[in-house]
Amino acid sequence: MIFNNIDMDIERGKVTAIMGPSGTGKTTLLKLIGGQLKPDAGSVFVDGENVHTLNQSALYELRRRTMGMLFQSGALLTDLSVYDNVAFPLREHTSLPEIAIHHLILLKLEAVGLRGARHLMPAELSGGMARRVALARAIALDPQMIMFDEPFTGQDPISMGVLVKLIRDMNRALGMTSVVVSHDVDETASISDYIYVISDGQVVQSGTPDELKHSSSAWVKQFLNGDADGSVPFHYSALPLMEDLMAGSRGAKS
Amino acid sequence: MIADKYLGKLQQIGFKTLSRFARVGRGSLFLWQIMTGLLYVIQRPKLLIRQLYYVGVQTLLIILVAGLFIGMVLALQSYIVLVDFGAEDSLSLMVSLSVLRELGPVFTGLLFAGRAGSALTAEIGLMKSTEQLSGMEMMAVNPMKYIIAPRFLAGVIAVPLLTSIFMAIAILGGYFVATEMLGIYEGVYWSQMQANVDFYADLMNGMIKSLVFGFVVVWIAVFEGYDCVPTSEGLGQATTRTVVHGSLAVLGLDFILTALMFNV
Amino acid sequence: MNTRNIEILVGGFVVLAVIAMVMLSLKVSNLVSYGDENDVYEIQAQFENIGGLKERSPVSAGGVRVGKISAISYNNKEFTAVVTLQIESRYQFPVDTSASILTAGLLGEQYIGLEPGGDEEYLVEGGEIDITQSAMILEQIIGQFIYSKSQEE
Repeated sequence: MIFNNIDMDIERGKVTAIMGPSGTGKTTLLKLIGGQLKPDAGSVFVDGENVHTLNQSALYELRRRTMGMLFQSGALLTDLSVYDNVAFPLREHTSLPEIAIHHLILLKLEAVGLRGARHLMPAELSGGMARRVALARAIALDPQMIMFDEPFTGQDPISMGVLVKLIRDMNRALGMTSVVVSHDVDETASISDYIYVISDGQVVQSGTPDELKHSSSAWVKQFLNGDADGSVPFHYSALPLMEDLMAGSRGAKS
Repeated sequence: MIADKYLGKLQQIGFKTLSRFARVGRGSLFLWQIMTGLLYVIQRPKLLIRQLYYVGVQTLLIILVAGLFIGMVLALQSYIVLVDFGAEDSLSLMVSLSVLRELGPVFTGLLFAGRAGSALTAEIGLMKSTEQLSGMEMMAVNPMKYIIAPRFLAGVIAVPLLTSIFMAIAILGGYFVATEMLGIYEGVYWSQMQANVDFYADLMNGMIKSLVFGFVVVWIAVFEGYDCVPTSEGLGQATTRTVVHGSLAVLGLDFILTALMFNV
Repeated sequence: MNTRNIEILVGGFVVLAVIAMVMLSLKVSNLVSYGDENDVYEIQAQFENIGGLKERSPVSAGGVRVGKISAISYNNKEFTAVVTLQIESRYQFPVDTSASILTAGLLGEQYIGLEPGGDEEYLVEGGEIDITQSAMILEQIIGQFIYSKSQEE
């Protein structure tokens, strides 16, 4: 069981963050919202439709209309250039003339600051640039909601700053609903309107960034401050050190 | 304790059997999904042509070299046997029947599994592990149609084409050895073949074999890629499985098809 | 690799395969002989024993291939093998032509050899060859040989 009794509301036009330690199924949550995984029990509603009761074509239609997703690795198609990657959803889902698509692509790439990199192949991009291209591709069809899977992980401070700015700007300028899954506390807190903290398959606490900072829960405090020891102990549960050492060769053998 | 151990083993066997069956089920379902994607591919010939390049053109060289040498070796070996019976004029018949009925389809199937099949598995597996397939699903494009179906169709088309090239080059290789090294007359080489090789019974049956081999090998290759565990270890295992299972499938099916076609 | 080059190479690949297919059909197999299937006539011949004769075995006259065997059946009234010969129309044979089952070389395949007679009339579609000689069966020849030897002693 990954989740137990989880209840979340993601408000339209707001940035909602889902935070929690690694391995608590944050990405799984996004896949549930996107309909890539089916829950054993419970339901997910997006734009008034129950994602998991739709048939395949209706699900694809819902995704096309309402969802964009930015994957951790960017998930760019490796055999297409930056330009063709951004063009991909437009060419597949619209019958726009090539010239209109061209203009749209330039605008989307301009928004992420990579108009000049349009002829590069994904292999030639740095991690941060790949994510920006993926962002341009995710917003190509102007979805109502965009989901970010660990957008800040493994980025240098400059790339991180760029991504923070982009997510905020997208939300302000286009009014896009954003769902950010992350465990980078400061960056996430700086852009989100509302935060859910999950652990062990449950929502531990939720609220605005300010409310969480003054949380009474020791666990939430430790998580937000990044303390090494606290309600989650530094040591994995074990016998006392002395006992383990004294066990000597007996212990080494078993 | 001991009973526990044996029960554990029994459970393991049961689990393995069940997961095998589950895999076969997933594979069949997967094939059905590919079939529904074929219409999409036909409407986008560009996707198909690109894949024909990867599975066809890039496999061509190894097919040419292998075919040439097999034809030449076959001519030499047949000569050694036939000359004892004074039947060296039948050399071309021996070469052509071996190549058309068996070696052409089987060798092409094996080489295709090793060269193009493993590459297909690795490519699709890598796409899975870099989230490209998921990403495509989230862009509301079915990867079954856009990624898998074109590769499948290209493979199924490419294998019979490669087989016919293999057959032709092997017979030319045999011709070269027979006339240049063994002193068999050119006219004898061709006329013996033409008089005794039947278009339907020999050539067409060989081509039908290659169509079946291509279908099965490509199916295995794309399924292994799509179904692999998306880690570097899982990818390696999937690629190995493609080559091993693909080759075994070719050899097993060859026996069944031969038994059916030549009603022995 | 740009799209144009890929398309050119794939085109070359397909053309190569078509050439190979044409070569296999015309030069290696007997597809050509299927082409003039209409231009043939069929006659029948009865043999006591056809040995290893098969459908598609050649029919030749004077060492030249003039047709092939299209069907083999067994006549359960006269207890003989009935062989249907498919002869190309450009070859005509008198009605008193004889047919014998011969072997190419010592271990080669068996075929039907036609020996033309001197009649003015020619065989036509549905005709029958009356004078036939069965296949030589190695076991029988050896048996006869041993029998005659033992008679001499």
